[in-house]
Amino acid sequence: MPTEEELGLLRAMWRIRVFEERVGALTRTNEVHGLVHLSVGQEGVAVGVCGALRDDDAVYGNHRAHGHAIAKGAPLASVMAELMGREGGLCRGMGGSMHLVDVAHGFLGATGVVGGNVPLALGSALALSLQGGDQVAVVFFGDGAVQSGIFVESVNLATLWKLPVILVCENNGFAEFTPRSAHTNVERVSDVVSPYGIERETVDGNDVVAVRTTFERFLAKARAGGGPFLLECLTHRLRGHYEGDPQHYRQALADEEWQQLDPILRLQRRLGVEGEKLEAEARAEVDAAERAARESPFPPPSLTAELVYAR
Amino acid sequence: MTTYLEAITSTLAEAMRDDPRVLVIGEDVAEGGPWGATAGLAEEFGAERVRNTPISEAAIAGIAVGAAQSGLRPVIEIMFVDFVTLALDQLVNQAAKAHFMSGGQLTVPLVLRTQGGAGQRGAAQHSQSLEAWLTHVPGLKVAMPSTAADVAGLLASAIADPNPVVVVENKTLYFRREELPAKREPVPLGRARVAKAGRDVTVVALSRLVPEALAAAEELAADGIDVEVIDPRTLVPLDLDTILASVARTHRLVVAHEAVTHGGFGAEIAAQVQAAAFDELDAPVARVGAPFAPVPFSPPLEDAYLPGRAEVAAAVRSVL
Repeated sequence: MPTEEELGLLRAMWRIRVFEERVGALTRTNEVHGLVHLSVGQEGVAVGVCGALRDDDAVYGNHRAHGHAIAKGAPLASVMAELMGREGGLCRGMGGSMHLVDVAHGFLGATGVVGGNVPLALGSALALSLQGGDQVAVVFFGDGAVQSGIFVESVNLATLWKLPVILVCENNGFAEFTPRSAHTNVERVSDVVSPYGIERETVDGNDVVAVRTTFERFLAKARAGGGPFLLECLTHRLRGHYEGDPQHYRQALADEEWQQLDPILRLQRRLGVEGEKLEAEARAEVDAAERAARESPFPPPSLTAELVYAR
Repeated sequence: MTTYLEAITSTLAEAMRDDPRVLVIGEDVAEGGPWGATAGLAEEFGAERVRNTPISEAAIAGIAVGAAQSGLRPVIEIMFVDFVTLALDQLVNQAAKAHFMSGGQLTVPLVLRTQGGAGQRGAAQHSQSLEAWLTHVPGLKVAMPSTAADVAGLLASAIADPNPVVVVENKTLYFRREELPAKREPVPLGRARVAKAGRDVTVVALSRLVPEALAAAEELAADGIDVEVIDPRTLVPLDLDTILASVARTHRLVVAHEAVTHGGFGAEIAAQVQAAAFDELDAPVARVGAPFAPVPFSPPLEDAYLPGRAEVAAAVRSVL
């Protein structure tokens, strides 16, 4: 019999999967707007990490962050309304897909600039540790971000200052449209950071239990004053870089093989459960979220001027 | 007597004493920095709150954004405004937009101190005046103090402000001495100062050009030309009302800064004044600034390049 925790992981992944498949459909009907990057196939990382955290921790996502926000507790209806540009969205319709923020649940934000979110997590970690609590900061980024200069600056400072931050790399093997091998000779991100002496581990990111187990080990140490840590999750996205991306670069890949690695199907096989019921539950929740989002009005034009400066 | 630099140091110390959330981050700040702006802070407040960094301007800015979002009030130092280029992604894409893009959930109360300007043979990578770039980004506030009293007052206001504020100091002003009132008051962001009242021509000058304009005004007074000098002190938000009130009396306007004239902030002031007070103007607005070239290294060339008292005086005469 699967434990309640294992079923919880499965349920959390199904919610993200069904939500994002719906977002993909609504992108094609032009109801979800803008540049939309789906994480279908990478849910194991978001769920494995975020479910172990508290609302007073600080989590940062990247441009592919629907899963991070949802796994961290953002209500589906608010996320959907945000993607539709509605007033009832997480960010009142001012951020959109790449810039989800849900402060109430400790999701301090997704960032559209690759690599640009990494130092923000260091800053939050610094603030949280100076304030004397046991909170931690976590940042998600892809393997593409590792080739940016800011990544190296951040790893250097995080280790120099021993910040309670956990760097979570979703290594899906692709930076936008090209494979990692075309960008760098270093295959593993954990090798990139090895000279800095950061405690690190590479796990199968499509195995949500492995992600959770390793992350919890780092988390316990970070709460006790340790850090930083790097968790490299080898994973794969089952859709293109963005919705509408023709995915020509993917044709050479053995998709069949990767479908076998799908984190949801894998956990179901391991637990011996059928997914229909969980999928149906998620579908009902996403249906309700979509309805609620549609009912939310667009924000008033005055909001643009209102939000430029904090008062 | 106090210097501009001492005013910075004492204001930082005062802010750190008043508010445990204030911390200073930057290259060599614990050692005081190249001019001593942060001298003594590490001794009083410790290494946790006065944090030396490696030469990583982007990370300094990014860490400050995250720290501000999580409740601190970081004051970061970028040693030369020329190096703000390295921090621009964090400043422009993160700091300036976090409040807006989060629908008001996040605030980024950070201060970025930096200094610009030529005149010390620093050549083109250590002498620029890049404030106009920063004023082009909604979400940032930009202050450019020209006196010790103003740098103290504006820095205090910047630290208290819930938004990201860039304070652009000037290296040639650091060691000017002036009397400072015993009781210092914060200078509100967005309020200009009439540095000298006058009837004939309004000169709006920024940073180092304020003392230059005052010197020009003294020279012109000998010829019976009475110049009013206004220091806007903050470029964003801009106190247009004070400038318009002056132009309504003098009917002639000169804008003066050290930055390259082309695309400089003087163009924005000129455009705003002509749009609001076209009928008040008796002459085209004259602009004083540097030529469209990088700052040259060779001393006589740098001297010839830099706008100053003579250029302001000539511009004033040209609008009469």
